[in-house]
Amino acid sequence: MSSMRSLTFDAIIIGGGGSGLRAALELAKSGKKTAVLSKVFPTRSHTVSAQGGITCAIASADPNDDWRWHMYDTVKGGDYITDQEAAEYMCSEGPKAVFELEHMGLPFSRFDNGRIYQRPFGGQSKDFGKGGQAARTCAAADRTGHALLHTLYQNNLKNNTTFLNEWYAVDLVKNANGDVVGCIAMDIETGEVVHVKAKATVLATGGAGRIYASTTNALINTGDGIGMTLRAGFPMQDMEMWQFHPTGIYGAGVLVTEGCRGEGGYLVNKDGERFMERYAPNAKDLAGRDVVARSMVLEILEGRGCGENGDHVYLKLDHLGEDVLGKRLPGIVELSKTFAQVDPAKEPIPVVPTCHYMMGGIPTNVHGQAISQDADGNDQLVNGLFACGEAACVSVHGANRLGGNSLLDLVVFGRAAGMYIESALNEGVEYLEATDSDVEFAMSRINRWDESSGGESVPALKAELQDIMQNAFGVFRQEDNMQEGVKKLSELRERISNAHLGDKSRAFNTARVEALELDNLMEVAEATAISALERKESRGAHSRYDYPDRDDVNWLKHSLYFPVEKKLGKRDVNFTPKTVDTFEPKVRTY
Amino acid sequence: MSMLQVSVYRYNPETDSAPYMQEFQVDTQGRDLMVLNVLSMIKEQDSSMAYRRSCREGVCGSDGMNMNGKNGLACITPLSEVIKKGKLVLRPLPGLPVIRDLVVDMGVFYEQFERIQPYLQNDEPEPAIERLQSPEDRDKLDGLYECILCACCSTACPSFWWNPDKFVGPAGLLQAYRFLADSRDTATRERLADLEDPFSVFRCRGIMNCVAVCPKGLNPTRAIGKIREMLLANAT
Ligand SMILES: Cc1cc2nc3c(=O)[nH]c(=O)nc-3n(C[C@H](O)[C@H](O)[C@H](O)COP(=O)(O)OP(=O)(O)OC[C@H]3O[C@@H](n4cnc5c(N)ncnc54)[C@H](O)[C@@H]3O)c2cc1C
Ligand code: SF4
Ligand code: SF4
Ligand code: FES
Repeated sequence: MSSMRSLTFDAIIIGGGGSGLRAALELAKSGKKTAVLSKVFPTRSHTVSAQGGITCAIASADPNDDWRWHMYDTVKGGDYITDQEAAEYMCSEGPKAVFELEHMGLPFSRFDNGRIYQRPFGGQSKDFGKGGQAARTCAAADRTGHALLHTLYQNNLKNNTTFLNEWYAVDLVKNANGDVVGCIAMDIETGEVVHVKAKATVLATGGAGRIYASTTNALINTGDGIGMTLRAGFPMQDMEMWQFHPTGIYGAGVLVTEGCRGEGGYLVNKDGERFMERYAPNAKDLAGRDVVARSMVLEILEGRGCGENGDHVYLKLDHLGEDVLGKRLPGIVELSKTFAQVDPAKEPIPVVPTCHYMMGGIPTNVHGQAISQDADGNDQLVNGLFACGEAACVSVHGANRLGGNSLLDLVVFGRAAGMYIESALNEGVEYLEATDSDVEFAMSRINRWDESSGGESVPALKAELQDIMQNAFGVFRQEDNMQEGVKKLSELRERISNAHLGDKSRAFNTARVEALELDNLMEVAEATAISALERKESRGAHSRYDYPDRDDVNWLKHSLYFPVEKKLGKRDVNFTPKTVDTFEPKVRTY
Repeated sequence: MSMLQVSVYRYNPETDSAPYMQEFQVDTQGRDLMVLNVLSMIKEQDSSMAYRRSCREGVCGSDGMNMNGKNGLACITPLSEVIKKGKLVLRPLPGLPVIRDLVVDMGVFYEQFERIQPYLQNDEPEPAIERLQSPEDRDKLDGLYECILCACCSTACPSFWWNPDKFVGPAGLLQAYRFLADSRDTATRERLADLEDPFSVFRCRGIMNCVAVCPKGLNPTRAIGKIREMLLANAT
């Protein structure tokens, strides 16, 4: 134990994606001793893949645009389990955060008047749903995530942020009082395992789409922050809420942005029918993502799917012309040529709903402070632990995220967490030091792998997990299937806890990283499965054949999954925004 | 079964005194897989195989490597594009120190990137909204800002091999020009002053290896030409 090196920071930010880098920027400017720890070089984080844009009422496309309209859309899109105080904060602070990005140099596309280009995205309206389609998504062509992530990285360089690049966070370290006081991390290049001590630990570890066999997510999206938090015994919120994006490229899973439909593209079935006109007469192809994804699956199930097996539909873009495609959607043209062998200027792209985004995550308040629940069901802050970005559930996305709202979430709440931590550190925080046995406890998992001498291999177990999730917890769900899935997962957990790490070398051992990631996939999958089984209603992205309706009497609530008991509890949704009237739950139509 | 023969550069600093090539047989079932898929099949055979990857769609820049003699991204390179005589040979990006197998130490590459102050500088007060930029001015950034820092170009550039500490290299220079070309940046003079020595820019011999390999279709040589023009105009 004494041989282990330790590093001490005021704050450690785990994750170098958009949310982590935004939080880091705030703290770097504060002069506190902070570092960003990331398992990949920051610009290789998944944020780089975001295409369509960042949604925000900057009143460029429409000078009369209003953040309250954006807030209304966000709450409705989330099927009313969006926390209204959080949505209010995001939508009203949003313009400031977007202008900051522009001042930092983000190369947004422009309108003729020189202002930032905005395109229509799904679920956007003017005048609280009464004024028709809005165009509110600020874009840098269809490479907005790349532009955003690089800009934030560049500005962190400018502000001399400390980076621990290609370091892997293994587990949280808790002291005797249950406060989070840092983490165990491994320098991937050397294999050295280090105790990182910090007064604030920020999980900005992103999503976990790799629990599904087919996903738009990067290979590194394994839910590490979620796994670490669950293993530390803290609850997870709304984990049944997974967004399936309507337009993943058939076969490859690679995303083509909703911006394709925003720019005028639309979906057709095998008869060439623009079927969304039937399901969502007003918004059509720009209805909420959950609505479009379900409609596609129904078309396929009813025999109107395209291709030899009738198992996908087409996204038609050719009518937009090469100019619009080249100017507004150049990345999409590239991706469809590479992954679908289709030139969208000539032929439609085969697409299918694909796992895309985790609405659930670590429950936090608007300052990014992680929340647990006491025995009486009251919120209880977790000292020392913060989360932001896709790993967090603040919750602005509720049961279904609107396109472009994640990038806004990253910068608004990354910034908010940074600001809060700075002021907390200024006021002074002192927690009990972790003891050797606390650290030993956090080391137990990596030690287990390093001592394993036989057992099943990691890639095979991972594939099995992904198939279970794909088959039982997809777009449509039902009790018996899910029960079967939960059972299989619990058997799988047993097998994973006996699995084998064959390569125990030190230098850049990616097999060890993948083994550690598998444990996290397991945690996320089980939390998802149990939450989905227990939420007995249909709401937003969670659709059940056996409970097809929304049940506001029992389920106008967040679900809260407790890992130790493996039980699902509930938590109140916030309906008390500070400056606007509450948006009361209504039937959700598009 | 349609077996593909793959020869991969191996080196583990803990156990190998020198690098060597290892042969693998991969059953592609006749599919035109991406090279990255082939690597993950190899990793299932031998979990000790090390390489970087993240997005698997050509946007994160993790998996630059040398495939049958040409630099590129494994995740968007189909076998049909690289296979020669039925064989695939994978090596790390040339010219950089190897950490393990296909993983190189990108340190000098990142240093040259940082060296050009890769961030917007503007000494005027920030407006309450965004700074305005005409679509024409914004167009000037196309072909520049899209760089994913994969290092395929710089590690194909002989001038960078010989002087990685003094010649900024194509990737860094492309980014230098990205900020020189931005109508919102006010540090043009300082940026140029920092580049006018005989090495930083002028070591480029116009061999265009960089353009030939850039997986994003970017053209560092053209950007370097523009910087030269600006430097020469500045000098007179
Ligand atoms: C293809 C695609 C397109 C999208 N397009 C849009 C869009 O147009 N608009 C929009 O709003 N949203 C979009 N999204 C969603 C959005 O991109 C993501 O939700 C968002 O980028 C997540 O950012 P993040 O900062 O939370 O995490 P990420 O960017 O995923 O970063 C996570 C970071 O955590 C680090 N990390 C993780 N685990 C560990 C560990 N154990 N140790 C150390 N470091 C660790 C990683 O290295 C990485 O730096 C898209 C998503 C996808 C999949
Ligand atoms: S053109 Fe210049 S930068 Fe490009 S490869 Fe040749 S010498 Fe290197
Ligand atoms: S210019 Fe092209 S090859 Fe060079 S680092 Fe950028 S993306 Fe890679
Ligand atoms: S894995 Fe991201 S570029 Fe290939």
